[in-house]
Amino acid sequence: MSEQIRVNDMVVRFANVNGTGSSSANEVFSKAVFRMGIPVAPKNIFPSNIQGLPTWYEVRISGKGYLGRRKGIDVMVGINPESMKKDIAAVRPGGYFIYDNTKQLHDDMVRKDIHMVGIPMMQLSIENYQAPRLQQLFKNIIYIGALSVLIDLDLDVVKSIISEQFEKKPKLIPPNHKALDLGANWVRQNLVYPFNVRLKHSNLTDDKIMIDGNAATGLGAVYGGATVLSWYPITPSTSVAKSFEAFAKKYRKDPETGKNNFAIIQAEDELAAFGMAMGANWNGARGFTATSGAGISLMNEFIGLAYFAEVPMVLVDVQRGGPSTGMPTRTQQSDILPCAYASHGDTKHIMLIPANPTECFEFMAEAFDLADQLQTVIFLMSDLDLGMNIHMTEAFSWDDSKKYNKGKVLNKQELEGLEDYGRFKDVDGDGIGYRVIPGTHPSKGAYLARGTSHDPYGRYTEDGEVHAGEINRLIRKFNTAKYLVPKPELYQETFQSDYGIIFYGTTTYAAMEVIDILKEEGGQIDAMRLKAFPFQDEVKEFIEAHKTVYVIEQNRDAQCRSLLILELGIDQSKMASILNYDGMPITADSILFQLRLQMEGFNGQLPSTNNHNNASVSHH
Amino acid sequence: MSFIKPIFRHPTQTKNKAGFYKSDYEGRISTLCAGCGHDSINASIVAACYEMNIEPHKVVKLSGIGCSSKAPAYYLNNSHGFNTVHGRMPSVATGANMANRELTYLGVSGDGDSASIGIGQFIHVNRRNLNMVYIMMNNGCYGLTKGQDSATADIGSLSKSGSRNEFSPIDMVSMALESGATFIARSFSGDKKQLVPLIKAAMSHPGFAFIDVISPCVTFNNNKGSTKAYDFIREHIEVTSEFDFVPIREEISVEYEEGTQKSVTLHDGSQIQLSKLYSDWDPSDRNSAMEKLQQSKANGDILTGLLYIDPGSQDLHSTLNTSTLPLNQLTEEDLCPGSATLEKINTEYR
Ligand SMILES: Cc1ncc(C[n+]2csc(CCOP(=O)(O)OP(=O)(O)O)c2C)c(N)n1
Ligand code: SF4
Ligand SMILES: [Mg+2]
Repeated sequence: MSEQIRVNDMVVRFANVNGTGSSSANEVFSKAVFRMGIPVAPKNIFPSNIQGLPTWYEVRISGKGYLGRRKGIDVMVGINPESMKKDIAAVRPGGYFIYDNTKQLHDDMVRKDIHMVGIPMMQLSIENYQAPRLQQLFKNIIYIGALSVLIDLDLDVVKSIISEQFEKKPKLIPPNHKALDLGANWVRQNLVYPFNVRLKHSNLTDDKIMIDGNAATGLGAVYGGATVLSWYPITPSTSVAKSFEAFAKKYRKDPETGKNNFAIIQAEDELAAFGMAMGANWNGARGFTATSGAGISLMNEFIGLAYFAEVPMVLVDVQRGGPSTGMPTRTQQSDILPCAYASHGDTKHIMLIPANPTECFEFMAEAFDLADQLQTVIFLMSDLDLGMNIHMTEAFSWDDSKKYNKGKVLNKQELEGLEDYGRFKDVDGDGIGYRVIPGTHPSKGAYLARGTSHDPYGRYTEDGEVHAGEINRLIRKFNTAKYLVPKPELYQETFQSDYGIIFYGTTTYAAMEVIDILKEEGGQIDAMRLKAFPFQDEVKEFIEAHKTVYVIEQNRDAQCRSLLILELGIDQSKMASILNYDGMPITADSILFQLRLQMEGFNGQLPSTNNHNNASVSHH
Repeated sequence: MSFIKPIFRHPTQTKNKAGFYKSDYEGRISTLCAGCGHDSINASIVAACYEMNIEPHKVVKLSGIGCSSKAPAYYLNNSHGFNTVHGRMPSVATGANMANRELTYLGVSGDGDSASIGIGQFIHVNRRNLNMVYIMMNNGCYGLTKGQDSATADIGSLSKSGSRNEFSPIDMVSMALESGATFIARSFSGDKKQLVPLIKAAMSHPGFAFIDVISPCVTFNNNKGSTKAYDFIREHIEVTSEFDFVPIREEISVEYEEGTQKSVTLHDGSQIQLSKLYSDWDPSDRNSAMEKLQQSKANGDILTGLLYIDPGSQDLHSTLNTSTLPLNQLTEEDLCPGSATLEKINTEYR
């Protein structure tokens, strides 16, 4: 089993039981890799359950900076007896399976084509710690210590992270450090080390931070000036609310009075959650809600009201596996179509699609300006992978000269001079009328906001022509949005290929790896990332400039492909699809496999190499 | 259909202390059926706001969907309003109130809107003690969808077509008592003398003020055999107290017989003067109110008046400890932690 040495390129997977304290140990591992200057992408693969079921923590380490998942597990730390058989089988040939040999492994579990690395983790823990709960907890730390020697993870870095974590409970530092040493020393005395896959200090993580998308979204809301959050718990969006709450408590208390410059309400359901945030926006504050899955379905009636009564609103959708209750702890991009056209009647909505936590922060802060400017619902389309996993991402920045853009709002003086105010009159030709916030003027500007058809003055109407005029104006407004939402990102200065790929959100990591791999092979494909809906002219130009365009996305029905065809009037025969919908983040291998398979049918111009692992469409 | 009402001021009309004529509190011409109870309630709302000397633009009108929920178009033309969706007015009111604690929030709803599709939001807005007035125009039926029974219809009540309601009614006053409202009253659309001071007191109350107003639907539920018909109500009404509301800075001139008098001082100094008709009932005691309600229900009577009030009510803003300055008036300076703080936050994630 001699193999060439690979540095800073591996996938490590931890197989644990949830509720046993393993996740914090595993996070220390990722953070230490990051602190060594090596790009790292951890993924939590967890059950919809609180205690006792298998959970995995998969860490991709890539000196090339690839942050998507990849096929092939190099090192498996298998702590969970229940899933052990499957876990052993998942290791790539030549890889390593690390397990607790306090109890001997059954013979038929042993694989000859991988390294079986037994470490008496529980025994070490029992010998050194008294309470059973501590023995359980420190077992996790012991395997991190062992791993440090096995793959050259800098133990001093690990120790300093632990010291920081227990800054407020310094008593816990020495026993944790001891556990690390126990694991490390045992390996030094008993095993050959390091593995063929190993780490080396690098400098590729400067200016980067490690944060989950939901924390970033919550922080973006604080910076964007949100004051009212109403929400209902649902995985994977819950931590958006928790993040906003934590940051608001820290940075939004009035220093003099101790009072809150924010209000958070846990609503009775998602309908109420939407209604409250919308009511706050209507009354001139910045409100938002965050939800997932079924929550989006429940909000549909209100989404239509906000659209038609033209109330600013920010709605975070952390997409998860559907349909119905679906896979609450798995990821998908399957709310694209339902959100684009949410609610009955003719409706269209604005979506922002972040691809990393930095964009979660920036787009969320920006969403409030957009909502106020466009007086409609802004969807922030995140997903479970982005929201609940920690990602390496650009550090956040903020321009202190930035003023909140509240859009067209008339104050008392401005109303004073107006003879013929009409809430929905399109004075500027951009489809956007002027709002008046309740309480502004004693005799001017008041109107009854409503979901019934109304004329430009906001008065109830059943006049068909007036109604058509108003919903046509909403399309003018939607077109205006094209100039305000983030533009798509192009990955080449001039088009080089007959073929293009389009992707968005968390598919970006794997797609960028694909672009790189093709380049290394001497091939080229043009690429574009969507950041928002409505689609701008650039999107249409990109598609028109290519013979075939592959839309890569994580849902069954090729939702974004449909949306592109519908909204841009594209000939659908040139629009191909690359999909992934098993709930695990898409991999570069899977994209390449599907791409090559389809290219053959298109007389593919891409050089296809044989040595690259063929990926299957399923990823577990 | 909606008309602009010609502004007509009776020569004898006088300005209130806020400098407004009564007509300044009116709305568009009503499109409800002639004789509809809801229109009488609208008139009482206009009178109460005028008498309270409240500036019309400091009131926010809210409603759900139904004939009753159309009402905000027919009063307070100079107030902003939101005619929301069916059964969901409380959530919109909650958010609006969070944005600006300084305005007065006046919601109207129907028995369908509140007791069926909206019962979840109704109960939760009660328990949060949101500072608002919530008037339920209760006609025992769905007026706007042509007369189906509502959940407040009594067992045995006959619809216009003669069919009998077989399901137990939901008593929204008991519901409010159970779920934490701090001001609970019932009245009758035809009894302006009682309703106007109740609305005024409700507007002064710092918390959730619920008024169940029996409001006959002349088109679909005013027939013989209906328990929400004008005749039936007039025969079965039972009054808890003579009632007057004295806003702060107004002289207290009402006189009550010794022994039955009870006066409640609200947070702003206004007073509610009650002349209790029952010596065994205490309006500031939830249990006592509950008992009195049960008794009259058993007797087949409709108990009206102020049924319960918690003079020490703390509204949702107190619970959430929100800033005294309305949230919608805060600026970047109050809200954005800035780049230096962000740099610190960045280091926490390295
Ligand atoms: C979601 C939804 N379902 C049904 C309706 C149809 N609808 C309109 S008003 C109404 C009932 C109104 O009854 P109530 O609240 O008692 O008002 P009333 O007309 O009796 O004053 C219904 C069912 C609707 N507007 N929305
Ligand atoms: S149908 Fe009934 S509730 Fe509706 S307006 Fe007519 S009388 Fe009033
Ligand atoms: Mg009704």
